[in-house]
Amino acid sequence: MTRDDWYRHDRLPHIYCSGCGNGSIINCVLEAVSDIGWNIDETVFISGIGCSSRAPGYIQTDSLHTTHGRAIAFATGVKLANPDLHIVIFTGDGDLGAIGGNHFIHACRRNIDLTVICINNYIYGMTGGQGSPLTPYGKKSTTTPYGACEMPFDLCNLAVAAGANYVSRWTSYHVTELTKAVTAGLLTEGFSFIEVISQCPTSYGRRNSLREVSDQILYLKNNAVLHQRWKRMQEKGEDLSSDQFVVGEFIRQSRPSMGVSR
Amino acid sequence: MLQIMEGSHAVAEAVKLCRPDVIAAYPITPQTHIVERLADMVADGELDSEYICVESEFSALSACLGASAAGSRVYSATSSQGLLLMAEVCFNVAGMRQPVVMSIANRAVGAPLSIWNDQQDSISLRDAGWFQWYAEDAQEISDFHFLAYKVAEDNNVLLPGFICFDGFILSHTYEPVDIPDQESVSAFLPPYHPVIQLDATDPMTMGMYATPDYYMEFRYEIDKAMTQSAIALRKAGSEFKEHFGRDYGELIEEYRLSDADFAFVALGSVCGTIKDAVDEMRKDGKKVGLLKIRSYRPFPAEEIKKALSGIPLVAIIEKNLSIGSRMKGAVGLEVKDAINDSGVCVYSYIIGLGGRDIRKLHIRGVYEEAMKGNGDTFYGLREELL
Ligand code: SF4
Repeated sequence: MTRDDWYRHDRLPHIYCSGCGNGSIINCVLEAVSDIGWNIDETVFISGIGCSSRAPGYIQTDSLHTTHGRAIAFATGVKLANPDLHIVIFTGDGDLGAIGGNHFIHACRRNIDLTVICINNYIYGMTGGQGSPLTPYGKKSTTTPYGACEMPFDLCNLAVAAGANYVSRWTSYHVTELTKAVTAGLLTEGFSFIEVISQCPTSYGRRNSLREVSDQILYLKNNAVLHQRWKRMQEKGEDLSSDQFVVGEFIRQSRPSMGVSR
Repeated sequence: MLQIMEGSHAVAEAVKLCRPDVIAAYPITPQTHIVERLADMVADGELDSEYICVESEFSALSACLGASAAGSRVYSATSSQGLLLMAEVCFNVAGMRQPVVMSIANRAVGAPLSIWNDQQDSISLRDAGWFQWYAEDAQEISDFHFLAYKVAEDNNVLLPGFICFDGFILSHTYEPVDIPDQESVSAFLPPYHPVIQLDATDPMTMGMYATPDYYMEFRYEIDKAMTQSAIALRKAGSEFKEHFGRDYGELIEEYRLSDADFAFVALGSVCGTIKDAVDEMRKDGKKVGLLKIRSYRPFPAEEIKKALSGIPLVAIIEKNLSIGSRMKGAVGLEVKDAINDSGVCVYSYIIGLGGRDIRKLHIRGVYEEAMKGNGDTFYGLREELL
């Protein structure tokens, strides 16, 4: 099966805004599942609420579009009821980092065998661009009109600290690296977390001096600092600029996990 | 002065004039424009409030409860799933007798997911101990906020309240609205002076265990306070008329009912459509009228009985579904109980769920069904989908 066979063609075209990063990310995820050779009838996509959570609606497999923040809790039930199923969750910075934060840390702690793709567009896109716990300090949203005054979460650090077996971060620009990371996450037993920073031209970019879609993609390209380079910078006592963020693989380990079919 | 504005912005303007000390809210369609506008006002220094961007609706109402217990006037807004996520806190706010005011842009409840309007969300929380008022238009929504703080903070009441209005239909449409000035609002609604509040110099606790020896009396007091809120609302409504000219002295509104032999009963924006339908049907010689219920909690049973006395046929337009109940609609049950006359036919019609449009022709259709004796049923189902 190729990537395109995974799409629910009668649901296309999608309702994402033109220039949205979500489409590229779904492509990468479907590329990864088809590369691995999983079948449609043994894979389930689960999501919460938000633009990212629309994704399972465009995919042929069984899916659950659940309540806001609860995708991981629903997925835990599905996985424990039938550990033979492969479970992939689409979520976003608001869905996972805010309202669903508790489920996230406990799924990491249990290290349950799920793969979570968190599309981080820095705001609540679907409801019109309100600030989320991932809105970078000083960046604008409809509820932080002069810039966010709270510090954002680092979801990858959180996942590592809480015990996930696989954690990486890429962006919608890094499609090759992202596809590899998703593949690695899918193949890792236990909890896998892949954060993807993505452009949201409608609700984030235009409020933050990134007027064109390409401006936002270049921003992601230019400000991504590889994990290894960041380590070297730290050794030299250097710091990241306020726009820079770290990408790469943060952990790949084999702590005992839950929900793995034996 | 009349200004053309979006319903949500009329809410935000009214809330600003009520000068809440703390606002906490979480984004959910179709409520979001209200709190976005309030966030702007706070950021621009027009409104001296703490605005908290919380991480869920549960946190929003919890933060409001805490702030209210500490003696502040507080505000939040939500819809649908957000309100249901708050359900646990809603009962706590009422139980701790905190006069929180919250706007509800009414929206259907999932699953399946729907962002469109009906009134299932707030009606599902009818027993939480919050008063619930339903607005017909942007002016009512806006005015209800001044009244709500006044009634909620009344020492004989001390209960929280929902101001309910139909999502999108009222929240996202533009209408002329009279927004009063600060001076006149402050004259009507003085600053909040709580009778009880958390105070480190005189410690107290709220929400602790009430053993079986005490619990029932707490619940009794809440119910009594809800009854009191009807009296407080009538008083505040008449006072409101003296200040602003618009009369909210009654918990119901009668439209062409005095000589009617058929009455519609409804809550919210659909009352506007029904009034137009009533006018048209009157031209055709049908003696129909409308009873609009402004306050669903407290439920004005006596007034409803009086307003509908002598009318043999009553049709409730219900934007909610009480699954498993014989009448199917939550409002109809109570209207029937209020009339308490087996000689009167009272029918519920479940209509317009999940945002399906309700037009004048549907109101006529309901009339025709009622005349045929078909009631306590859904109206407008797409049979081809069943
Ligand atoms: S609002 Fe943003 S995230 Fe949502 S579809 Fe539009 S561009 Fe994509």
